This record gives sequence, C-alpha cells and structure tokens, in this order.
Amino acid sequence: MTVTLPPYDDVVARYEPVIGLETHVELGTRTKMFCGCPIDFGGQPNTRICPVCLGLPGSLPVANKAAIEATIRIGLALNCTIATWSRFARKNYFYPDMPKNYQISQYDEPLCVDGWLDVEVEGEIVRVGIERVHLEEDTGKTLHVGGATGRIHGATESLVDYNRAGIPLVEIVTKPVPGTGALAPIVARAYVTELRDVIRSLGVSDVRMEQGSLRCDVNTSLSLPGAEWGTRTETKNVNSLRSVERAVRSEILRQAPILDAGGKIKQETRHFHEDTGETTAGRSKETATDYRYFPEPDLVPLAPDPAWVATLKESLPELPRVHRKRLQTDWGLSDLDMQSVVNAGAVELIEETVAAGASPEGARKWWLGELARRANEAGVELVEVGATPAHVAELQGLVDGGKLNDKLARTVLEGVIAGEGTPTEIMTARGLEVVSDTGALTAAVDDAIAANPDVAAKIREGKVAAAGVLVGAVMKATRGQADAKTVRELIIARLS
Amino acid sequence: MSDLTRMSAAQLAAAIASGEASATEVTNAHLERIAAVDDRVHAFLHVDAEGARAAALDVDERRSAGEPLGPLAGVPVGVKDIVVTRGVPTTAGSKILEGWRPPYDATIVERMRAAGLVMLGKTNLDEFAMGSSTEYSAYGPTYNPWDLGRIPGGSGGGSAAALAAYEAPLTVGTDTGGSIRQPGAVTGTVGAKPTYGGTSRYGLVAFSSSLDTPGPCARTVEDAALLHAVLAGHDPRDSTSIPQPVPDVVGAARQGATGDLTGVRLGLVREFGGEGAEAGVTAAFRDGLDALTKLGAEVVEVSCPNFQYALPAYYLIAPSECSSNLARFDGVRYGLRVGDDGNRALEEVMSLTREAGFGPEVKRRVIIGTYALSSGYYDAYYGQAQKVRTLITRDFTAAFERVDVLVSPTTPFVAFPLGSRTSDPYQMYLADLYTIPVNLYGGPAISVPCGLSEGLPVGFQIMAPTLADDRMYRVAAALESAVGTLTPGELS
Repeated sequence: MTVTLPPYDDVVARYEPVIGLETHVELGTRTKMFCGCPIDFGGQPNTRICPVCLGLPGSLPVANKAAIEATIRIGLALNCTIATWSRFARKNYFYPDMPKNYQISQYDEPLCVDGWLDVEVEGEIVRVGIERVHLEEDTGKTLHVGGATGRIHGATESLVDYNRAGIPLVEIVTKPVPGTGALAPIVARAYVTELRDVIRSLGVSDVRMEQGSLRCDVNTSLSLPGAEWGTRTETKNVNSLRSVERAVRSEILRQAPILDAGGKIKQETRHFHEDTGETTAGRSKETATDYRYFPEPDLVPLAPDPAWVATLKESLPELPRVHRKRLQTDWGLSDLDMQSVVNAGAVELIEETVAAGASPEGARKWWLGELARRANEAGVELVEVGATPAHVAELQGLVDGGKLNDKLARTVLEGVIAGEGTPTEIMTARGLEVVSDTGALTAAVDDAIAANPDVAAKIREGKVAAAGVLVGAVMKATRGQADAKTVRELIIARLS
Repeated sequence: MSDLTRMSAAQLAAAIASGEASATEVTNAHLERIAAVDDRVHAFLHVDAEGARAAALDVDERRSAGEPLGPLAGVPVGVKDIVVTRGVPTTAGSKILEGWRPPYDATIVERMRAAGLVMLGKTNLDEFAMGSSTEYSAYGPTYNPWDLGRIPGGSGGGSAAALAAYEAPLTVGTDTGGSIRQPGAVTGTVGAKPTYGGTSRYGLVAFSSSLDTPGPCARTVEDAALLHAVLAGHDPRDSTSIPQPVPDVVGAARQGATGDLTGVRLGLVREFGGEGAEAGVTAAFRDGLDALTKLGAEVVEVSCPNFQYALPAYYLIAPSECSSNLARFDGVRYGLRVGDDGNRALEEVMSLTREAGFGPEVKRRVIIGTYALSSGYYDAYYGQAQKVRTLITRDFTAAFERVDVLVSPTTPFVAFPLGSRTSDPYQMYLADLYTIPVNLYGGPAISVPCGLSEGLPVGFQIMAPTLADDRMYRVAAALESAVGTLTPGELS
C-alpha cells in the first residue's frame, strides 16, 4: 500500500507539534559508576569487568564521586536546582545485558531538577525547559546472531559484552516543548547540539553520538491548535544530530495522515532508520514493563553539601553561547555569518583550525565550503568528514605559501579525505606542487604561442584579453600546477 | 572424642599460641569430628579439608617463624554457605547456584583469613537464608544435636548445629530477621547480630539488603566477641558500612564475665509479654532475668507499641528486596540453566531455570515482593512497611532513653519437630516474632542460653542501641557466668 504523505508545510500549518527529548550521556570518568573498572571505548569484549559490574552474587555497588560531581555540574550548567537529598533507585526488568536484572538509576529523587537551556534558532532564542538530570549505570551490549532483524526475537544466539555495563550515564529529560511550529525538527536538533556543546565545555564526556556516548530519544506528538496535546511516540536509535531533525520531521509526517483520517496515535516506542529516514513501531507502551522502582538499599542517600555545590557553580567554565559570542568578535563575523558557522556545526572545528595556525577567513572558507559540501554528499556530520583542523590549517598554509593554488588544494583535500596522509605528504606524493620555476614555464608558454599563432597575433595587436586562451593551454600542459598569474605575466611579456 | 573439639575458641587459640597444640592438630580433630557425626547432623554442605589443612599449616609455619599471630590464629571456623568464598562452592542453600565457585572472597572471609582463622567448610541454611528451620535448604535439613528429630533453627541452622555438635568452635552466620539468634537459642549456643553496617555485607549473597548482617556464632560469649572483633570494621566496598571504630566487644564480654551488673537497666518490652511464648520458654527467661537482677541489674518495663507491626512490615520489606536481589539468578551468566535446547526463547529458559532452581519459600517471597513493589501497590505495601519501620526505630530510641538494653526470650518456642511447621508459613514466621524488631531498627542483639524447657535449650535475647554492641556482650557474659553454658548429650 502506498501512502501519499501531505507536504510538511501543510501539516505544520494545521497541527501543532510538541517535542520532548531524553538524552543519555556517558560520562568520561576514569572508572565505572559503582566499581573500579576502567572506562575506555572499544577493547576486547568482557575484559573490563569485575564482580561488581558483572553483578555477581554478594557484590555491592559504591557510588563514584566524580560521576556525582559531573552530574551536578551538568545540572548547574542547565540552570537546575540541585537536590539537597537524593537517592538511587532500582529499575527492575529482565534483560541479559543487565547483569543484575535491575538497573541502578534514579526515580523520584533525582540529583538535579527544573532547569532550562536556551537554544538559538534562526536568530531567535528558544528556552527549552529541563525536567530533570539524573545519574544511572549503563547496561552491557548485546549482539543477536542468526535472526533476520538483528533483534533478540528470532535470534539463534545472543552475545553479551559487559565492558559497557556500569559506565556512568547521565539522563537529561526536557519538559515538553510546545509552540515551535514548523521549526520543531530544527529546535530539536539545535537543543541536542547546544546540550552537546555545553557538556563538552564542562569536560565531563566526549559526547560522541557516533560512538554512543551521547544518545537521544525523541518524543513527538501532534495536536490541533488550542486542543489538548496529542499522544506522543518515543523514537529511539537516533544516532546523529541530523537524525534528530529527520526523526522529528518523519514522525510529524507519519502522525498527520493518521489524525487526518480520524485515527489515534498509539503510545509506543519507535525505531528510527538511518537509511530510510523513517520510524517503525517497537515496543508498545501500553503493555510496558512495571519497573517496580524502589530506593536502592545498597547505597546510602546522597546529600550534596550546598557549599560544595556553590563552589562547583563558581568554577563552571564559559558556556558555549558566551564562548561563541567571543569567537564571533575575534573572527569579525556578522550575526548571520556566525549563525551559518553554528548551523554547520563548525564552531569548534574552525576554532581548532585557527588554533593550529590558519587565519579565521581561511578556516571558515574550507569548513563551510568544500568540506561542508563533501559532508553533505556523504551524509555525515562535518566532524566526521575525514579531515581534521590540523589538516585544514596545514592545507591553508600551503596555499598561503604559494605552494598550492585553490584547485590543487581541493585535489589535495580529496586525498586527505581518502586517508592518504597529511596535505604536505599528498602534495609531494602526487607531485601537485605549483610550478613556479619560470624556466620550465617559459618552455610551456613558448609551446602554447607556437601552437596558437592566431591568438598570439591578437595579443601582439594589444588585445590582451585573448591571453586567457594561452593561459588555459599552459595550465592544461602543466596539469594545473602552474600559477595562473605568473603564466599570464610571462605570455604578455613574451608577446609585447 | 578428642578433647580439642570440646575446647572454646579462646582456649584453642591459647593452646596454639603456647605450642600445646598445633593448628594442624586442632584442624584435624575437627575434620575427624565432622567425618564422624555430620552424616547425622548435616551441618555442612561442603567441607574444604584440603583448604583447611593448608591454612592450618600456614599458621603453624608462621608461628615457628616467630611471626606475630592474631588472637584467633589457627582456630577453625565454619562459614554459612551464603558467604562468598573464593574457589570454594557457594550455593546459598539453593539449586540455582549449584556448582558455582566464586572468583572472590567476601570481606569478612578476607578478614578471617588475615587473622589466621582456618575455614573448615560451608554450613547449611534455608535457601537464600529464607526460613527458620533450615528445612528449606535445597540440600536437605540440618538436625538439632539436642534431638535429631528436631530443627536446629534457621536460617543458619548449619552454623548453630555445627557448634552444638562440636564440629567447629566458631561459625559465621547472617541475620536478617533472626537467622543467627534463633538457631543459637534452639541449639543452646551463642549468636550475635552486630549493628547493621558494623560488619561488611560485601560478599554476602543478598537476601534483604537493608537488613542482612553477618555475625559470629559460638559456644561462649567471649568466643562470639573474639570472632565479632575479627569480622567487624569499616569496609569501603560496602557503602552501608559504618566508618566508625568497632566497640571493644571482647573487653565488654570479659567485664561482664566478672558478674557485676550494678546500675545496668534492663528493659522488658511489655508488648512481648502477651500470648505467643511457650510456658517453659517464659519460665526459663524469667530465671535468666532473676539471675541478672541478682548481679545488680534493674528491670524496667517499657512500651514499644509498634513492635506488633514488626512481623508484617518485615514480611513486606524483606520479600520486596529479595524479589529484586534474586532477579540476577536467571541462568544467563552462572549457576543452573534449564531448557536451553536451542529452540526455546530466552524468557522461557529464564523461567524454566527459576522454576527449577528456586524452592517453595523463595518463590513465595519473590512473588510477595514483586507484588508489594508493583505500581499501584507500592504505597500500600512497601511504602507503608517503611513507615512502620520508622515508627519501630522511634520505639527503640525512646526505650533506650530509659534503659541500657532490652531483653526478651529469643524465640517463642523451643526446637520444634522437623516437618511440624512447613505446611503453614505463618507458624514458621512466628519463630522470629521477638528477633525481627531489632533488625528493622538496625541495632545489635545477641542470644545466649538461659536454661532448658522440656530438656531443650531456651535463648535469652539482649538488644542494644546501634553501635553499642559492647553493651550487649557485657550483659550476655554476665548471664552466662550465672547460668553457665549448655551441653547436649552425646549424639544418638
């Protein structure tokens, strides 16, 4: 059955979207949440485990103070109230990636509540309310083998890696965000981007969505203007900033025709598919597990000392929005130009490129131009495009030093993205350096004059504009490696 | 019978220290005793003869080398099989953990090893420490050395019976609602529950986390205090462990043994005085009270009105916590796995494993606890029980403003015949009527023999304020000095 979707603009003109986001951030503490096992990405399965994170009988958790501190700092950066009394709670459900068949989390007594995060969208500030920030332990990872779907049902074997089990995980839940209209998908993306930048500026996590250290669930509902909010769905498996935007958009487009036809939205978990940009139904929330939350008796309650919290608040770093204002001044950009840098997710990339020696103009040109184009083509985030700020700074240095022209530089960049090495290495290996040796050029110019007597004659008559044809011929003969300006000067000198 | 098995831990330690007996001789004497009688008593689930001999030899060598030895070095100890022991099978009395050899030691086991105690093996218990008779052990019951037709109490019946049968001079138990004290009472031995958080829970297979407390079992108060001193102390691996120095329990026991209790106020809980206790138990308890009065103690009646709700509150809190604690036994990572034939779904394998691996009492409590924590029922059950717990704590605090310790019979009845209470869970739960309140409060309590009823031992319970463990040892030792220890007849 083919369903024709109404155009997006039409949908958001008739329905009011309400979004909400639940974001999980893996903290970059040295050790896990409740034991001394080290935290690192990758590694052989089941090598960073101990009786505690394996939940062996008799083992007990002890809370990681650094993780509590990091959570409170996140809460403070998000303008939350920090609890003076907080407890961990057990969330009970059976799943093989959970060693104890319960997760130590927080329930009705989280560490941080009631804050906000200001997000800039198209020059306007949208204030996203923060419901709560709480701390919990991550689960292990399962790999289901032999099934068609890669999920547990139908699999013949399930492999479990507990390296991730017990890594501290901070959950940040927004309040529902109404009133963003057609911008809802962009607001969702801008919120996650801003949140990521805030957390990165705190230095508590590397917040990399592609590695799963930042994970996002997106809630979406539609309602008629003025009516009660609609039933929401929770979309999981949203693994990039781009996907956040796409997931909201696709849910809006999916829900509208159902409502148009007088149908009801089912409260359920949906899975986002990166390839199609659509969501499919997951677990129904109507038959959801009763998690039987109760206070974790193995851990004493937390009572953060207000004086300590005040110290943490004072020591918060410059937050991204303030930082960006400063960069904008340093780089001499208009609001609009800065906005395009932010939208492209290029602030830090440009900042690092400048720090590596490039001019702000040069850095911005590469990241927003050629590299943005390539990232877009490949459907990846700019940061994943394959070139680093150091590469870009080096490349711009070669252009500034006259060793590459723009065209050659783009060819070199292609090599960088293909992983062939540093710009200098690629330039040397591929022999792409600008030919500035006038002896070699003179010979090429002479060949071009000899091959085009008509054009040469015109130039001799003073029709200098015709030189372009000869320049083109020389460039072709030197495979683009000559400096066009020098070539032109040589031609005119020869023929005058 | 070897004389060595009849000696107290203090006497054995002294004999080893002076060279009168080697740790190896002491260990061998107890291993021989176990071999001779345990087929009738069934106190042990696993005897680690090889490990015990190696540990004893190590003590003997260290002594020969002139190294300083702790006050219990070379003394054998039996450990309740719910305490995790590295490389030594740990079953918690359940089929679901059959064959599991833990990769680590509980903190209290580490402490005992460091002190030179020699672990003989693992003692029997009701499955996951749930029960009052050891009849719920998946490996068969333990028999009371006073009368092999009767229960040795529970859940730590193995630890208590091993003492009464002279298979070990010391054992370790765990007390969640009376599992050290009630077996102590019905076997004529001494059992102490330290202050909650005074002894580490790290390495105790969890039953009810907010109540579980490991503690010493012995034939004399002094021995219990000596083992208590080894077990207790702050453990950074248990966040509920109290970061405070351990009270001088050994000194207090020795002071009490001098028989002077002048000025000590004993609180008699009015609410315990009603129905419930057998006449013979009440009589023996009264005799104990008279003995303490003669030593100078003063008896004051106190009211603890909320104690009447202790049993129902306990039977909501403990099952709730256990329903969560026991969720990890699913056949995925260790222990029993049933039905994994390549065709069954994971959930089915988990269900079949738990169906086959858990016994009736464990299932009963897991189901009760799951219900009590369910959305919509939480406030009425678990939440309400926690409120009752707070009220009971207030009763204790108020009582301890008027008296130094509270006293009661340990259990309402003497050892009952095997099989006589298994068909009615409530009749079984009543065994813990007097022991449960102090668990909900968290303070220390000890059971010490005070006499016989119908030829069977009766226990006298002394409860003290949290962290005043020394106080209960003083009173217990004084009582022991007055009434003496109890000795069962030779095993039939």
